[in-house]
Order: sequence, then C-alpha cells, then structure tokens
Amino acid sequence: MSAAPIHLGGERLMLDPAGVLHWPARRTLVVADLHLEKGSAFAAAGRFLPPYDTRETLSRLALLLRRWKPARIIALGDSFHDRHGASRLPPAELEALHRMLVGIEMLWVLGNHDPEPPEGLPGMAAEEVRDGPLVFRHQARPAASRFAMAAGGEVSGHFHPKATMATRAGGITRPCFVADGRRLVLPAFGAYTGGLDARDPAIAGLFPRGARLFLLGRERLFSMNAGPAPQPALTGTAPG
Amino acid sequence: MGTLPEPFAAWFAGRGWTPRPHQLALLRAGQAGESALLVAPTGGGKTLAGFLPSLVDLARHPRPGLHTLYISPLKALAVDIARNLMAPVEEMGLSIRIETRTGDTPQNRRARQRADPPNILLTTPESLALLLSQPEAGEVFAGLGAVIVDEIHALAGTKRGDQLALALARLGRLAPGARRVGLSATVAHPEPLRAFLSPSGEAEGVRLVQVRGGAPPELSITLPEGRLPWGGHMGLASMPEVYRRIQAARVTIVFVNTRAQSELCFQALWRLNEDNLSIALHHGSLTVEQRRKVEAAMAAGKLRAVVATASLDLGIDWGDVDQVIQVGAPKGVARLLQRVGRANHRMDEPSRAVLVPANRFEVIECTAALEAVRHEELDGDAPRPGGLDVLAQHILAMACHAPFHPDDLYEEVRRAAPYAALTRRDFDDVLGFVENGGYALRVYERFRKLFRDAEGLVHVRDQHVARQLRMNLGTIVETPLLKVRLRGGPVLGEVEEWFISTLVAGDCFIFAGQTLRFEVLDGVSAVVSRGGEGEPRVPAYAGSRMPLSTWLAARVREIINDPRKWRLLPVAVQDWLKLQRRQSMLPPKDGLLIETFPRGGRWFLVAYCFEGRLAHQTLGMLVTKRMERAGFGPLGYLATDYVLATWSAFEPTEVEHLFEEDILGEELEEWMAESSMLRRTFRNIATIAGLLEKNHPGQEKRPRQMTMNADLIYDVLRKHEPDHILMRATRQEAAGGLTDVARIGLLLARARGRIIHRSLNRVSPLAVPALIEEGREWVAGGAEDALLAEAEALVGEVTGGAELFSGLLAEVTEGIAIRPRDVDKPRHRERPRRNRFIRNAPKSLGQA
Repeated sequence: MSAAPIHLGGERLMLDPAGVLHWPARRTLVVADLHLEKGSAFAAAGRFLPPYDTRETLSRLALLLRRWKPARIIALGDSFHDRHGASRLPPAELEALHRMLVGIEMLWVLGNHDPEPPEGLPGMAAEEVRDGPLVFRHQARPAASRFAMAAGGEVSGHFHPKATMATRAGGITRPCFVADGRRLVLPAFGAYTGGLDARDPAIAGLFPRGARLFLLGRERLFSMNAGPAPQPALTGTAPG
Repeated sequence: MGTLPEPFAAWFAGRGWTPRPHQLALLRAGQAGESALLVAPTGGGKTLAGFLPSLVDLARHPRPGLHTLYISPLKALAVDIARNLMAPVEEMGLSIRIETRTGDTPQNRRARQRADPPNILLTTPESLALLLSQPEAGEVFAGLGAVIVDEIHALAGTKRGDQLALALARLGRLAPGARRVGLSATVAHPEPLRAFLSPSGEAEGVRLVQVRGGAPPELSITLPEGRLPWGGHMGLASMPEVYRRIQAARVTIVFVNTRAQSELCFQALWRLNEDNLSIALHHGSLTVEQRRKVEAAMAAGKLRAVVATASLDLGIDWGDVDQVIQVGAPKGVARLLQRVGRANHRMDEPSRAVLVPANRFEVIECTAALEAVRHEELDGDAPRPGGLDVLAQHILAMACHAPFHPDDLYEEVRRAAPYAALTRRDFDDVLGFVENGGYALRVYERFRKLFRDAEGLVHVRDQHVARQLRMNLGTIVETPLLKVRLRGGPVLGEVEEWFISTLVAGDCFIFAGQTLRFEVLDGVSAVVSRGGEGEPRVPAYAGSRMPLSTWLAARVREIINDPRKWRLLPVAVQDWLKLQRRQSMLPPKDGLLIETFPRGGRWFLVAYCFEGRLAHQTLGMLVTKRMERAGFGPLGYLATDYVLATWSAFEPTEVEHLFEEDILGEELEEWMAESSMLRRTFRNIATIAGLLEKNHPGQEKRPRQMTMNADLIYDVLRKHEPDHILMRATRQEAAGGLTDVARIGLLLARARGRIIHRSLNRVSPLAVPALIEEGREWVAGGAEDALLAEAEALVGEVTGGAELFSGLLAEVTEGIAIRPRDVDKPRHRERPRRNRFIRNAPKSLGQA
C-alpha cells in the first residue's frame, strides 16, 4: 500500500488508497460519509438490503486504525444514513464501535443526513472543525473559496466523488479524491455509498481552475487531471 | 375437414379466402375445449386461427364479461392485432367488445376494465401480472374461456416467459375451465412450448398443430467487391452492394447484429445515397417516438429501407417488405428464419433474403446457416429452470391479490413448467426473502412486508407494500442509461452511462444516425451538438452481441473439416483453408486443435473450440488462471465466436493440461466470485426480486442517496452471507441458465485425449482473424489496477513528464502496455472525418 502526499494550506497530508486522509502532523485520520445503517434505512422503506453494511464499514475502518494509529478521527458528516441511524446499530456493531474508539479523540462533523449528534456514542459533534490552517466540514462552501485560499485549506466530503479513467479495455470507474491547492473533497467511505461523477457541475463547480483526481486502487492511487469546470453559457452553440 | 359456421363462411368467401386446415384444426380443438399449440411459419394466418374459436363461440353465445385473453410480447403488437381483429368483427356485425391493456392504457380505462371487462382483452405479460395482483382479479377472470399466447417461442425460456408461466398457473386456478392457445413460429423443439402452455405443466395436455412447408425461403450470400476482409464484424465493405440491392427492391429491411453496427451501416449507406432514397434507422436505444415514427413510415410505404437490430425481429406485419438483408453472420438458424420471414409476410410466396458476411469466418457461418435452412434443420436451446427473482415478485404479487397458504401457492407454482422442479427449500427461502429479507442476521423483523395469521395464511402488510410492488413489476431491467439531448433541442435516445463517462467535452460519437459532439453532462442527460471533429466513437452496449448457437457451431466445424464441402465456399475462403491445411492443420471435427506461436515478443496460444464467444470468454479466464499457475505469465486473451486466443510472456508448453476438465472446479469457483458477468446477473436479480428500485425509462434520476449500487450490495452479501437465496439464484442463473459453462464442459469432455498441439514459428492463417479482433479481455486479478496504471502512464508520456505526481506512484506493470495491433485494421476506421450526407439527410430520417 502506498499513500500519496499532497499539500493543502501548507500542510502535508497523506491520501490513503482506501479513501481516507491522514494528517501526520496532527496524528489525525479523516473519513467521509460512512452512511452507517444505510441498509436498515432502506429496509424501513421496503427494500431489504443485506444488513451487513455497518459491520463491513467498521471492519474496513478498523484496518485503517491499525495502519495509521491516529490519536484523533474526524468523520466529515453523514456518518449515519439518517438521524435515527445510531439508535438502530445492532448490539454487536455498537460494541465494536465503542471498542475501536477507546483512547481516540472522536470528532463527528454533522452532515445533512445526520444533522444531530449521534446518541450514546463517544466523541464530540460540531458543524465544522478548524485546526491550524485547515477547516473540516461536511460540504464544501463555494463562496468560501477566496477566503480559504488566503487562510489555508478546506477538507470536505458530501459529494461521493467518483471518476472514470479511459483505458484500452474501456472506462474504469472508481471513487476518487478531488483536490486543488486549497480544497480537497474525500470519496465516501461507507460500504453502501455510490458516487457522483466528478465532472458533475456540483463538484466541478467547486474547482473553477480544474482539479486533480486521485482514483482509488487496491494498493495505490491513480491520478488524472479534471479540466476547468465547463461553462455552458460561453461554449454553447445556437440551437438548430 | 370441417367447415366454418355462418357468418364466418360468408365473410371468408367474400374475400375469396378458404379457411386453412390449421385454422379449422384450431377451431375443432377449441370446440372440444382442448388446449392447442400452433406452430406455423410467418404469414400463415396464425393470429386469426388463434382467435377464430373465440369469435365463433362469442357469435353463437354472446355474453358479457371477459371471454378471451390475448398476450403478446410486444405492446405494439397487441395494439395492432386489436385493430386487425376489429375489422372482421365489424364487417360481420358481431357485437364483441375488444380492448387493449398495456402500460400506455390510461388509469381510468384500466379501472373501468376491472369493473366491466371487454369480451376480448389484448395485453402483455407485465400488464397481466399487474392485473393479477389486484384484489378484483378473481371476478375479472372467473368466466374466462380462452387464453391466447402469441409469439410463445419468443417468451418461453426468458424471464418474461417465467413471469407469464406463473401468471398462467394463477389463471388456471381462477378460471380452471379456460383452454389455452399458443402461437409459435417454426421451432426445433415444440415439446417445451407445449409444456409451457399446458395447464398441468406437462406437454401431453396440449394438442400440437404443426404447419409444414410454405414456400421455402430463397437465400443467397453476397460478398464485398475486392478483398475479402479478415476480421471485423461490421460488414461495411459490403455496403455498396447492399445499397445496390436497396435500389433494386421496393422495400428492404437491413438487419444487423448490434446497435453500434446499425449506426455505422446507416451512416455508410447514407454516404452512398446519391439518389436520396428514404433510408431509416431503428434500434432499441432510440426514443420510442422515433421508433414509432419509423414504423409508421414503414407501414405507410414511405421508406425504401430501414436498418434495424433485433428491435424489429418481432412485431407488426409490414406487408410490403420484399427483401431482407442480414449483415453479419446470423448466429442461429431459428433467428435467421425469423428475420427472413419479415419479408413477404405471406406463406405461399417465398421470402427472399441476402446474407452479407463481414469476414472469412462469417462466410463459413453463413454457408452453414444456408445449408441448415435448406435441410430444414433448426437450432434451439433446452428449457432452463425459472428464475427465483421472478418467483419473488410473483409471491408478493399474489399476496397483494389475496391472502394465500404457502402450501397451496407452492403447488400452484409448480404447475408452471419452468418451476415444475422447484424445491420446497427454494420456495420457502424466496418466501422468506419477500417477508423480511431472509437474512441470517434477523434485524428486519419490524420491517416485514408479509405476516401470517393464525390459520397460516400469508397477508401483505399494507397498501404501501402493494404500491411499491406494482411500481416494480416486470422483468425487463434497464442498464443505467443517460439521455442524449441536442443542445436546445430534442432527446435523441439513450446510451449506457458508462459510455458517456468515458467522453470528454469535444469528443464526438455516432448516434441516432448522426455525428454528435459531446458538450457537457447536466446530471440527467448528456448534452450534445451536431457535427464534430476527429474520429467519432460508436456507443457499444454490454451484452448486445448474440453468441453463436451450439448447433450452428457444429456445422461450421463440419464444413471446415470436410474439404468436399468447400465447394460451397467462395474461392478466397477456400484458399484460406488450403493455406491453413498447409501451414498448420485444419481443426478436427471432434478433437481440439491448439496452436502456439511467437509474435511481437510474446507467445500466442490459439484454441479452435467453436463454442461461441460467451463460452470462450469464460474458458479464457479459466485457462489464463491456470497459465498463471504454470508460470507462463499470461497477459491477456480474446474470445471470438470461433476461437480462444491468449498471449503470454513465456512459451506455453504441455498445453493439454490447460484444457483439462478439472479447470471447471476450483478455477471456476474463483472466477465465478470475481466475474463481472456474475455482478451483472446479480444486479438484474436484485432488481427483479425487488431489492433495488427499477430504472424507469424516462423518469428523472433520483437524488444520489436514494439509488443503490448493486455491486456494493453484491460485495457485502458475498462476504457476509454467501449462501443467501439471492446469491444462490445468481449462481444458478450464471452457471446453469447461461449455457456457456455447460458448453465448456462438453467441449473439454469431447477433447479429452484428442488435443492436438501445433507449435508453429509464426501465426497461422486461421488465427489471423482473432489477432485483429477488438474487445480483448485482460487477465483478471488486479488487472483493472494495472490498466489504470497504464492509462495514467500514457497520459504522463504525452504531457512530457509534467505530471510530477506520477513519479510518486509505483511502476507500470510490465508487459501489459504492449498492444497487439497487428496485421490489419477493421474497415470502419477508414471512414472520412466529416459526413455531409448525414447533415443533408431529411430531418425525419436523420433523426429516425
């Protein structure tokens, strides 16, 4: 496994091919969009997805805790698929989560799926976390980009970015990090989280000068450029 | 010989018709209350034969309520038949109410039909399933006298057929007295169709009425002028000849095998179209309105030709079509006859068709198909067991209709032929899945959809569950598609999402008969503009190519192996085979020829299996896995319908071991787990079974968090509960339903002890087509990552090292970067860059 270093707001960060971020200077692991208990949320709506997604997501996370041995975890919001997610955790998973977090400072950034702090779990909840030059929030703020450029960098989740790389055997799609010098969007980590094409205006619009995409691989990341955000009003041709 | 009663006799006589023997035979069966299967070639007055007993009965004994239910695989066909039926009924002054009920029927008319059904109702399997899930189904069908299943050969053996069989079993309970009529095109094995139709699930209960003969079709093969292509499947070299034939005929259908091919052939024909003939395009990815427009123009005699895929295989009678051209090999005899039958839809006149093979192997395949037609031999697949996903849908639908006892439903379901061998364990597990997911980890108890009362009857939880089921009914699963929309203009159709995801702004591609430039993705559609620079791409569709039928494969092998039969072949192909005989040897009829030779720094292995592309693809994975273990360093492989080719870093020796039967053991298990085919199968099963929401065509995309990616579910389920009923259903369908693994087994058994290995110093003549084929597979196991690394490195090269980040990454996997682009390129790459004919094409056709 080889993690890739990038620089954001003057800080050296490591992108882990498992889709998480490690900040060595602060011994902090950052993970986005766990969407725990998504399976049971769907079951409540009549679609009986296999009820093993929380177990799977937590076991992947446990592996990364062993790899990086962080002192702190920042979960960038949407940690639970809905506001009642934490209360639906099966006993075994609840216990596993408690065990994992022993001796670790846990920061739950609130997201649109889980706007309230999870009940009965260790850690603190916040709308956003500022640490040195970096700000961690659920969803990137377009308006904040100029400020962010001056002040440092922004790390967020929310969009579940994915990208397709053309290869000679056709396109291969993977979740990806999206970054420029001042902004970094993490891929979603949850076992049942799909993705949104990084070229979608919702993501591309955050990177008006283009971005670098890091597609997740088994052992490493694969990088490619994403051009500047399309500006339909300028490039469009007259109809007919 | 019987006769027709009045007023039917007079009506027939008035048109100068005499009733055909099979029409009378069906009438007699109907009057005796017997079920019957009519097998007849196209144009034999089949549909009228099916309806005649019902019309006669209704004329004699008029009564309100539903008398006859007609089921067709196509909405359009149901509508068309209703129209055709209305004419004689009105002309004879009969008071019979005829109506259709399809997905397009407005809500208020559906409600009225439930309260006051017509005498004759024409519908589709999906609409029938929906009707049967209604609480009123019992009253609607109680007086039913007859069920007619049209194009039954196209339904049996598919998931839609499974659904229909289950619906028929239910009708057998609601209306035990209803007789059944099946209408089928000529098939090799009518027995499974009889069983499919039968109320008991056994063939004996159904009388077989077979119409032989009709005028035999007149078939011929035409070759391109000049050089006979070595490879490629598009057949574009023959387009001048195709165009000349279109000019010479009144109305032509040009059948092709894939949508990509239809786009390319359409473009090529328009480039040649100096006379501005009205030539249109018809395939399943165009919008429904566009397809209907083409069909209407065709029916009105306004078109000279239409380039079509299987989307026109079935359906409405075009009448005036006087020529069918099949571009590319037909892949199966029954399929060829079905297509040929689209010309001259009258039984006494011969259908005329021309086969246009695209390459040398296809010449042999076309010749074999012609031989088979001449000898009236057909191919066909054996029936496969019914899908458990369809059963899940049916169980929930039945609960929505009325409470049931599991024992009764199990008995009922087994009267449907595809489910005759269903085990009680599978039934109970499917029921458990519908109830609460049926997972070993029982955490969904409080979300259960079904509950059981004190008597053991199963009830549906509430109307919300019923509504959800009705939204999800049906077995046709759409792959994720994106609309293609002209900037400021209409939607042109849909292409698979993954294809669009590989485009960058400015790339151009061919779709709906025009060259389009991709501009931007606006979330629900790909916005494009007309025109564009550079080499256009053609959207391909996963799984769109039909594999060669086993039976036709055997014929091809026979022709190659028997020089006496070569006289049937053109000289260029004969020379090719002679060259092969001299430089290597001809593939034997029963053994298996394997050639190995070095080329471009790698070793190639070519196995002449003739088992069809799907089987070869599976075999390729298994053989390369074993090559990996043997240390040959396999790099990739390619499957055509005829051969399997692999390439490796080292010379494969003792190749017999690579093709031993035991590769179907451990390696197969491993492959099954990773295979993308299994994932595709799972996605379909999960959708049909109601785990995933269906993609409703035309519906706006749901917000991201509402959709679920089937691959993610598959990965989690495989890891945590690999024996869950949905996983079992997936494996059953992948291994047993698709015939490829069975075909590999037969091949390996046949080849045992008879593998002939030729170690050559260069490529053999028969191997050349494989080496220039597109669509290579890479070796599984982290291969995707290797491909990503390669693509990344290529970008790095192009940008001259400016991509500093690449330096941090691991080395590109060695070897996989070599690209075997040997010998010759497919013809369609020689296309000119711009295409003014398309732009000048009349609007209605250009968009057709």
